[in-house]
Amino acid sequence: MPALVQAPPVTHLNAPEPEHCPGTESEQAGNADACQGCPNQAICQSAPKGPDEDIPLINDRMSGVKHKILVLSGKGGVGKSTFTSMLGWAFSSDPDTEVGVMDLDICGPSMPRMMGANGQQIHSSSNGWSPIYVSDNLGMMSIGFMLPNEDDAIIWRGAKKNGLIKQFLKDVDWGNVDYMIVDTPPGTSDEHISINQYLKSAGDGIDGAVVVTTAQEVALLDVRKEIDFCRKAGIKVLGLVENMSGFVCPNCKGESFIFAPTTGGGEALAKEMGVPFLGKVPLDPRIGKSCDLGESFLDLYPDSPASTAILDIISEIREAVEGN
Amino acid sequence: MSEIPSLNQVKHILLVLSGKGGVGKSSVTTQLALSLVNDGYKVGVLDIDLTGPSLPRMFGLEGRNVHQSTAGWIPVYTDDTKRLCVMSLGFLLPDRGNSVVWRGPKKTAMVRQFVKDVVWGDLDYLLIDTPPGTSDEHISIAEELKQASPDGAVLVTTPQDIATADVRKELNFCRKVGFKVLGVVENMSGYVCPHCSECTNVFSSGGGQTLATQFDVPFLGSVPIDPTFVTLVESQGSEHKLLEKYPESALSSIFKGIVDKIYAQNLPVRQA
Repeated sequence: MPALVQAPPVTHLNAPEPEHCPGTESEQAGNADACQGCPNQAICQSAPKGPDEDIPLINDRMSGVKHKILVLSGKGGVGKSTFTSMLGWAFSSDPDTEVGVMDLDICGPSMPRMMGANGQQIHSSSNGWSPIYVSDNLGMMSIGFMLPNEDDAIIWRGAKKNGLIKQFLKDVDWGNVDYMIVDTPPGTSDEHISINQYLKSAGDGIDGAVVVTTAQEVALLDVRKEIDFCRKAGIKVLGLVENMSGFVCPNCKGESFIFAPTTGGGEALAKEMGVPFLGKVPLDPRIGKSCDLGESFLDLYPDSPASTAILDIISEIREAVEGN
Repeated sequence: MSEIPSLNQVKHILLVLSGKGGVGKSSVTTQLALSLVNDGYKVGVLDIDLTGPSLPRMFGLEGRNVHQSTAGWIPVYTDDTKRLCVMSLGFLLPDRGNSVVWRGPKKTAMVRQFVKDVVWGDLDYLLIDTPPGTSDEHISIAEELKQASPDGAVLVTTPQDIATADVRKELNFCRKVGFKVLGVVENMSGYVCPHCSECTNVFSSGGGQTLATQFDVPFLGSVPIDPTFVTLVESQGSEHKLLEKYPESALSSIFKGIVDKIYAQNLPVRQA
């Protein structure tokens, strides 16, 4: 197993960074006004300065990656990881397509379990860390593979998370990949800012983001913020997916809404924000079961309405990306 | 006793945590608050989910403003009886669609300000709603509250393995930072079809109970999915006050059971 983090200098700070910290890796680190009186000032002042020397290394690694897709949502638990795994399974069903899945949810990594790779360990070679392959053409990377004990909490502040994200990009032997799918945690903070910053200059940059939501206004409220973030960060929104939309009772086949679209749901939000609406995926309890067991729902229940909906959405995403 | 003057007259501090997002932390926080107020207590709610604040919407307070007094920020009260007040970053945003794109240090500073600069006044319970994970906001609130002796944390999960796996991490976080775990609430536990009344375990079942047994912490209860609660939240207004309507909800009796289990733990008052 590789060392968890080859400690970037920021992990040695004496105290949390102050509010107006210019960034421990920035040119002004240690010399800005906000640095006066900060217990870390001396550390930052002595750290090497200049453009981030890791960026060329990242660009080098990412030169073999054709398309990079982020899966985002402001809200937690709407199905980002589930959808990421679906994209992974669906793209890799073509044996000539190489797929990589990167899990940026450092504090709550779900991808290993969902892809049926729980408990695997990462190996290092002279080329870097080898991704975990769940099939011949589907490799993945997650902090979940690096924990000595599955239940361990990863109590890390942003700076340390950024260090690991950087390593996922520059130290992993991704090889040639047609689609790199990046699963993210909820919110608009360090992980999101960093991945965008690190990938901006790599190849053609990020192709775009798939934003996942559920239909109720409390979720839409956060998703609105995520789309606002994409705008500010210059990330193209490939489209919005409404997940867990409508529930068909297995007993009486009657449909009802668990998460009621009181304000028009994802479709209305997409219209309001001027982004494409990719479709609705109905809530099927077998999806959650498949995820718990690490199996591909699309392979197990190819004829279910949820599978049809998901595959339709995925082909739209493929078109949007390939058409670029 | 407390070194944080803003919390001097707060009798109990409870955190609502979960490693997983979207399991209903804010919904549980809201209903705990409503149940406590309906039992006659004065309750304050602090929302430290900075990038996705949901509580203003849950309490029907969107568009309200926080006022500044010489003593600090005055939280937003739900009505004139001043039994329930809320503080959230949502009140400080110019537009509800604005994103808050902040790295850790800024979030840390905001959490600190929320703990130190809000004029809570005399409260029986302060509930703190958190974002998912174990990162900046959580480390900061643990550090800020170190000297404030909080009562402990209520952990929220949904039943499926994917969720309990993250909540296990949160339990270990609580152990590390020394938060007492007051118990586990299993949310979204079953869904009753409005057509045929058949209960389906949409997100599996029993995961919360198993988790509580494994970690030897109290199990506080299972809460089914009830779309009528969402409707209640969405339809509230001056005609339909959430605080008055909530006792009619089927979930209120379940939450009554949950707060009763918390009372039964006889948590010592932070100060007389």
